[in-house]
Amino acid sequence: MEHFIALVTKPDNVPIVAILFLIPYFIWLSYRQARQTDKTGVPSDAALNDKVYVWPYLCRNEFICAIIVMLVLGVWSIMIDAPLEEPSDPTKTPNPSKAPWYFLALQEMLVYFDPWIAGVVLPGLIIAGLIAIPYIDINPKGKGYYTIKERPFALAVFSFGFIVLWIVLMVVGTFLRGPGWNFFAPWEAWDPHLVVPLTNVNLSYLFGIREADTANFFGFVVVAGYFAIGPVFYLWKRKSSQFLQELGLVRYIVVSFLFLTMLALPIKMVLRVVLNVKYIWVSPWFNI
Amino acid sequence: MNEERKGLKEKITNSDIWRSMFRHGYENTGRRYTLQVLQNVWLHLHPPRISRHALNFRFTWCMGGITFLMFLVTAVTGVLLMFYYRPTAEYAFHDVQYLEFDIPFGMLLRNMHRWAAHGMVISVMLHMFRVFLTGSYKKPREFNWAVGVILLLVTFFLSFTGYLLPWDQLAFWAVTVGTNMARATPVLGHEGPFAPQDITQSNDVRFALLAGTIVGPSTLLRFYILHCVAVPLLASVLMALHFWRVRKDGGISGPL
Ligand code: HEM
Repeated sequence: MEHFIALVTKPDNVPIVAILFLIPYFIWLSYRQARQTDKTGVPSDAALNDKVYVWPYLCRNEFICAIIVMLVLGVWSIMIDAPLEEPSDPTKTPNPSKAPWYFLALQEMLVYFDPWIAGVVLPGLIIAGLIAIPYIDINPKGKGYYTIKERPFALAVFSFGFIVLWIVLMVVGTFLRGPGWNFFAPWEAWDPHLVVPLTNVNLSYLFGIREADTANFFGFVVVAGYFAIGPVFYLWKRKSSQFLQELGLVRYIVVSFLFLTMLALPIKMVLRVVLNVKYIWVSPWFNI
Repeated sequence: MNEERKGLKEKITNSDIWRSMFRHGYENTGRRYTLQVLQNVWLHLHPPRISRHALNFRFTWCMGGITFLMFLVTAVTGVLLMFYYRPTAEYAFHDVQYLEFDIPFGMLLRNMHRWAAHGMVISVMLHMFRVFLTGSYKKPREFNWAVGVILLLVTFFLSFTGYLLPWDQLAFWAVTVGTNMARATPVLGHEGPFAPQDITQSNDVRFALLAGTIVGPSTLLRFYILHCVAVPLLASVLMALHFWRVRKDGGISGPL
């Protein structure tokens, strides 16, 4: 437990502790406004649409906000010193070695995927996906006010990605990963000699496939099927719906690809934890 | 007495020197409020008037503004830090130690720089979350959202390049771990899938980032220049574009 307290109070981890309070607060703040909008059917601030002068009204707010933030920063800087450890030494690898806290969700993904996916492809897709959001979300409603009812799908997907796959993984990576990147509960002591037996097997192995070429083909079928079956089935069932007509094929493909890629992470986590699955698809060139 | 003071004030505000700097008066009229914003380089990215709901903390959370404030704090404290820091493997660590123990307010300076940088990362993530929750990326703000995503990356990269500069164990290994994945880049990394034969660890993307096969003195110099010159410049340009677009897209989004 002491090491956990030491970890939480480490100067560089203050931002994560702050996030743990800030995120629930802002979710609560926006949820209240969204609920009001959804109940009345009128955006909660619709009545405040008249114009006011930026000077003094906005500038005053900015000024007050800046003073408060500077006060917080000032107190923070007086109370807590930035860390400085021993001089760098390439021959002394600390265990665990952690990236800066804001990259720990990515480092956490390395547990479930090979570096080329977790470190390169997925970050690239996160960026591309973020930029694509305005172009694939064609719902014109819910612009400029908080609401849940008018855009439930978009909110659910983004909030899941941001809060669970980014913030929660970051917190897990910072506080619950110890030597060897093993998982340690807060009350467990960090044991640098802990050896976790690697009993992970590939998905094809679970299905009784032992031969490499068959396993390669099997993996390909599973991955291709994962990305194809759901979208094709949904398209076939709902193709005359007005929503799909407006969305168009290209947007539909992009949305379903990004969505399924995002879901692949929690799916792989569950497979790993429940069935000890290492790879879904083992090919001579790469493993997924 | 009061008359005299008034006379003096009048004299100053009517003097050629004063008039050359400040063109608007101080009467309480809408015209003056407008001029105050339009004639001030620091305020002119604002429109003269905005819709009332945009003043509410509960709508914007002030997060974009706080991100910008944090950037300004790091810029000012960063310039001061540069006076005491030399980006070489021999000096870097000791310069930071010297700063902490022997420079008046050196520790405070370093703390403010570091915590403002962390604060900026927090506030930029929350800003993005707010913009998403209010659906503010929708037409006509699609492009500004894209500019924002690039700013998000730039913020991470600013913070990451700065992380190496103290040149202690924390810095060295965080950057080592953070850049390790680059070796697995498909095609361009020497351990990545589909890497051609002649991509080795001394010419792949990780080498380009680190200026070496491991984090070393040339990495320190490279990160220093990125951190103090190249990335802040890029960030400034993108922020100017971002703020300009907020205005050109019709100001802060709102109902209607
Ligand atoms: C260095 C980083 C950034 C700075 C300094 C910054 C600053 C600002 C400021 C001051 C505003 C005015 C409204 C407000 O404060 O909320 C704003 C609006 C906006 N920002 Fe950012 N921003 C940054 C990053 C981002 C990111 C990461 C995104 C999204 C991915 C983004 C998207 C937007 C959009 C779409 C608006 C318009 C919002 C509306 O009309 O309601 N910005 N930004």
